[in-house]
Amino acid sequence: MKFSINSVKKKELKQWLAFNVFRALSVLVVCILILILSFITYHGIKVISWEFLTSMPEDGMTKGGIFPAIVGTLCLVTGSMIFAVPIGILSAIYINEYTKASFFKRFVKLMTNNLAGIPSIVFGLFGMTLFVKTLGFGDSILAGSLTLGLLTLPVVIRTTEEALKSVENSFRHGSYALGATKLQTIRKVVLPMAFPNIITGIILSIGRVSGETAPILFTVAAYFLPKLPTGISDQVMALPYHLYVISTSGTNIEESRPMAYGTALVLIGIVLIVNITANALRKYFSKKVKMN
Amino acid sequence: MKKTLKKWLEKTIEGILFLSSTITTLTVILIVVFLFKEGKSLFQSTPIEEGFVLAVNKANAAGNLSANQIKNIFDQNIINWKELGGNDEPIFLFRMDDLSNYYTDEELGENFEFVPQRTNEFIDKTPGIIAFFPSKNIDSNFSGKILPIEKTTLKQFLSEKEWFPTAQPVAQLGVLSLILGTLWVSFGAILIALPLGLATAIYMAEIATKRVRNILKPLIELLAGIPSVVYGFFGLIVIVPQIQSLFGLPVGETALAGSIILGIMALPTIVTISEDALRTTPNAMKEASLALGANKWQTIHRVVIPYAGSGITAAAILGIGRAIGETMAVLMVTGNAAIIPHTFLEPVRTIPATIAAELGEAPQGGMHFKALFALGCILFIMTIVVNLTVEFISSRRKNKISH
Repeated sequence: MKFSINSVKKKELKQWLAFNVFRALSVLVVCILILILSFITYHGIKVISWEFLTSMPEDGMTKGGIFPAIVGTLCLVTGSMIFAVPIGILSAIYINEYTKASFFKRFVKLMTNNLAGIPSIVFGLFGMTLFVKTLGFGDSILAGSLTLGLLTLPVVIRTTEEALKSVENSFRHGSYALGATKLQTIRKVVLPMAFPNIITGIILSIGRVSGETAPILFTVAAYFLPKLPTGISDQVMALPYHLYVISTSGTNIEESRPMAYGTALVLIGIVLIVNITANALRKYFSKKVKMN
Repeated sequence: MKKTLKKWLEKTIEGILFLSSTITTLTVILIVVFLFKEGKSLFQSTPIEEGFVLAVNKANAAGNLSANQIKNIFDQNIINWKELGGNDEPIFLFRMDDLSNYYTDEELGENFEFVPQRTNEFIDKTPGIIAFFPSKNIDSNFSGKILPIEKTTLKQFLSEKEWFPTAQPVAQLGVLSLILGTLWVSFGAILIALPLGLATAIYMAEIATKRVRNILKPLIELLAGIPSVVYGFFGLIVIVPQIQSLFGLPVGETALAGSIILGIMALPTIVTISEDALRTTPNAMKEASLALGANKWQTIHRVVIPYAGSGITAAAILGIGRAIGETMAVLMVTGNAAIIPHTFLEPVRTIPATIAAELGEAPQGGMHFKALFALGCILFIMTIVVNLTVEFISSRRKNKISH
């Protein structure tokens, strides 16, 4: 075998080329993100005002604000979390703390993954037949929240499971050695330690739920409803559906464009806040754990 | 006493925990039951509008007609019974409203009480007739022949190209163009997302410094967090007009627009999963390669990427799965024309977009409604296949790594 300067040079040149291509493509991905964010921020910021956020839509949704949509989305997020968080956490505790590697565990995990992969529009179909029709909830916050709750359940289960897994076994053994029962160990040792990661997971799923449109199309969302809900059997407007409606099928698409930019910016804002909070929490808690 | 109570309590809580853990399984089962029950009922009904019949003259020799043949008759593509194996007789189209052209108001009766009788009469004296009228207007001594309409079959449903669920007199329920549209858009999306996503994953896993990676990671997460309507909105306002002017098209809502948006949306899935896969390459293997004189790129190219191959495949498949199921963004940018796509510059219509756009208008329990649920079943099966494939690949991968 011969080693020539030439072949080494060629090798290095190839590496230089490959690395720069990868770097450039990564930068491109970031640029796409920045383009989307800045485009919507640039156009949306002009529309956003206190009035826009707190008043009712007017004139065929070309003027006024998006207050009912914000309230509607808040209701749906709260409702779905009330459903998904307890069940998700309990489920993850059972899978991670009570079952050993077994067929049951693998099966439940497989089903959870499958549920996570089901398209959101199928959840919409399902929610409509089960909650709206069969159980007779009608188009309501209840039906919408349950549909969204089921949709986000796999996310909560998975993040909680990860959080529980990251608690080292030595803590559990220590607790048992002190005479604590399994339940006591979970309650007093495992859960508190896993808590930060669980919260992070929940925050991220709030972000996801607030942006989902397809599941609420046929279970709760109202096209135009300039009043606030009074109970869980009311229909509501929701931010993502509102954006869809005014950007595609409104009575006057051109005139309602500023409203659409504003709504899109509010949605992006929610996602930004959620992600920043989650990351900040993650950082804060990981520091704290290291310090202890 | 206290001890047994405590034990009992622990058992109860364990029971509750167990029950919660079964809820995902239960949900999947319920989704299957509800979706398929409604979807299956499509194949137990004929595609003619409910409460209506098609009738011909008693001398007509034509046999069972398919939905497509009936459509061609009413579109006047078929104008002679001979083409359908009947007598040589031109086809005469008749709808209920036409009756007043042939009979006076008196003949039809003050409250239209003679309508059934007149309909019968008219069918009887017109040999080439095909009549479409409400079944309540069938006369008690009806002398014509009610056409038996074939039930929608699964084969027809999957292989016919025409999707006109509200067409009269019979709905055209062929989903081939929708299935192909979905696959076409998703395929385009993966063509865009895979190179970009893989490059980013390789950069993050192997090339970038830790600091750069710590900046990139949250940005990718952010990309995943943006709601699909916002992507759709962005596509509608920025990408669609660009495509329109760039290619000089009459409309910019095309498969290409859908693929670009879906490609961006699939990026986070592909980046995250392939990065994880790349990271599982054992350091010993990389070091061995470097020790043999390979440089970093050769190591990545020859050791890391092949080692992570199955993981990267899983990422690509999962990315396709995401694209197939995506609804709102696609609905907003692809133009929703139910035609079989040939290029990326035509409008297409996907399965999820069809469901989202039409379910609101389909009367519950009607044919259209059932057809949309059958579409939901197809979508469900597609995504389950994707999930199980990924599951299979990653379980094999885990075995390989642990050995």
